[in-house]
Amino acid sequence: MNRTLELVLALAGAALIVALAYAVPWLRFVLTIALAKGLAVLGILLLLRAGQVSFGHALYLALAAYLVAFGAALVPEALLLLPAAALLAGTVGLAVGLFVVRYREIFFGMLNLALSMVFYSVLEKFYSLTHGTDGIRLPPVRFAGQALEGDAAQWAVLALALVLALAFGALVRVALASPLGEALAGIKTRETRLEFMGVSAKRVLLSAYVASAVMAGCGGAIIALTTRHVTPALAYWTTSGELVFIAILGGAGSVVGPFLGAAAYELTRVYAAALVANAWQLVLGLVLLGVIVFAPGGLWGLIRGATQRKTA
Amino acid sequence: MSVLLSARGLKIAFGGLKAADGIDLDVEEGEFLAIIGPNGAGKTTFINMTTGYLKPQAGEITFAGRPILGLSPRRIVGLGIARSFQLPQLFTEHSVEQNVALAVASREGVWSPLAPLLRPRYRDEARDLIARFGLSAIAETRADALNEGARKLADIAMAVALRPRLLLMDEPTSGVAAAGKMAVVETLARVLRDARVTAVFVEHDMEVVGRFADRVAVWGQGKIAALGTPEVVLNDPEVQRTVIGTVPAGGVHAAA
Repeated sequence: MNRTLELVLALAGAALIVALAYAVPWLRFVLTIALAKGLAVLGILLLLRAGQVSFGHALYLALAAYLVAFGAALVPEALLLLPAAALLAGTVGLAVGLFVVRYREIFFGMLNLALSMVFYSVLEKFYSLTHGTDGIRLPPVRFAGQALEGDAAQWAVLALALVLALAFGALVRVALASPLGEALAGIKTRETRLEFMGVSAKRVLLSAYVASAVMAGCGGAIIALTTRHVTPALAYWTTSGELVFIAILGGAGSVVGPFLGAAAYELTRVYAAALVANAWQLVLGLVLLGVIVFAPGGLWGLIRGATQRKTA
Repeated sequence: MSVLLSARGLKIAFGGLKAADGIDLDVEEGEFLAIIGPNGAGKTTFINMTTGYLKPQAGEITFAGRPILGLSPRRIVGLGIARSFQLPQLFTEHSVEQNVALAVASREGVWSPLAPLLRPRYRDEARDLIARFGLSAIAETRADALNEGARKLADIAMAVALRPRLLLMDEPTSGVAAAGKMAVVETLARVLRDARVTAVFVEHDMEVVGRFADRVAVWGQGKIAALGTPEVVLNDPEVQRTVIGTVPAGGVHAAA
């Protein structure tokens, strides 16, 4: 039943995004960002399955975004920049992962945070290369050889984000039900048993970690392509915190959760900023508080609960 | 019969307590060896040393002729030694079926992210094993909702699913309701004999030991105080005094 609900929600969500982006042009940008962050949060969800929280995944978001920004000057092709960014994020994720998967819980979270802040400092301090907090502006980028302008370029990035979201969503959905995915969930409840069954818990967690880095990398590349301007703020700890915030908001019970959470987050932010310009963080804080107290399963949990009551 | 597991001169102490003080013990291929002894004697420590969880301060353990001390628990499982636990170690948020299927998958390698855990082959094998342990009715119950006896059996089923050559069980029947205990032991013995598994088990219930064990080792003060068939060892007055305390009237008889 979950499976059907997830599929329906995913397809309905995709249709809704396209309809909204068509009807309200300025929402196109907001929804693209939401999908990009949803991708990164999908990676966070993998780690949450193992009971681990990373407070440093903005590292991979920013790495990928800067690769796109630097790479666009050399190879201005989105369909090459995106896989290159994902590959870089995955490679760095493997190197960092080999180190951090030895740790659990607060140590895992804080090590990720520390490493992401090191990268933030590098971006901020090496002014001659990165232009510090001013960031880097992207030159025009082609899509499959086509030089797109204005609306067409926005639609292309949105379509790219949507395809990636659906593809990674389906992939993670399948992987979580596989022996590897269930072993990952086993790390949360009985890690030692895995070892006594001949399974390396570290390697299981490492595979999830690398996958999460790749997904964050895809998200970062999309963000760079759609904002056309990358700054060190992408690597700052608040960005990492935002990803965890969205994961809790959306709910870790389903691959739909991260995208529900990201859409709700971005829309709340936009409307709260318009409504109470100086207190939008307050509104977000109250929303999160409400979710934790009244809907610990997140938005996904609320929707599933509602449909179960109806069918019961 | 050939020796499958061999321990020589094992020594380990925790603070002042000598859990093993020169242990020599051979486990024959195909036998069921019970280890009995007072609480805190070092019986579980022996299992922990054999499975790579603890390293003795001195001594040697060989499995099928190969030294295994210093190998990780994971490597030792790969060689064919599985264990169950005194306190069942289940994946509490998974069902019994998923727990056992994950053990089956572990044996085959978990690195297949695209096919489900409960694919027909794994699910059928898990269900078959669950049925043989009499747990079919609770196959889809979450492990954290089981009673102690069922948790214990599921824990052993997971170890059996690894198809080990040697199975080490830490008090397999503690927590199993007294009324059904012997039935459980019979089932377990049948499953293990069918799979030709050599078994070492730590046990406090002398009736279980008498029925189930081919040989009994008495662990006392870091030494093997006695070793032999259940009829001989369990009727030894010294063993009765120090380990068993009281015995059922008429002594202890081996299973037919």
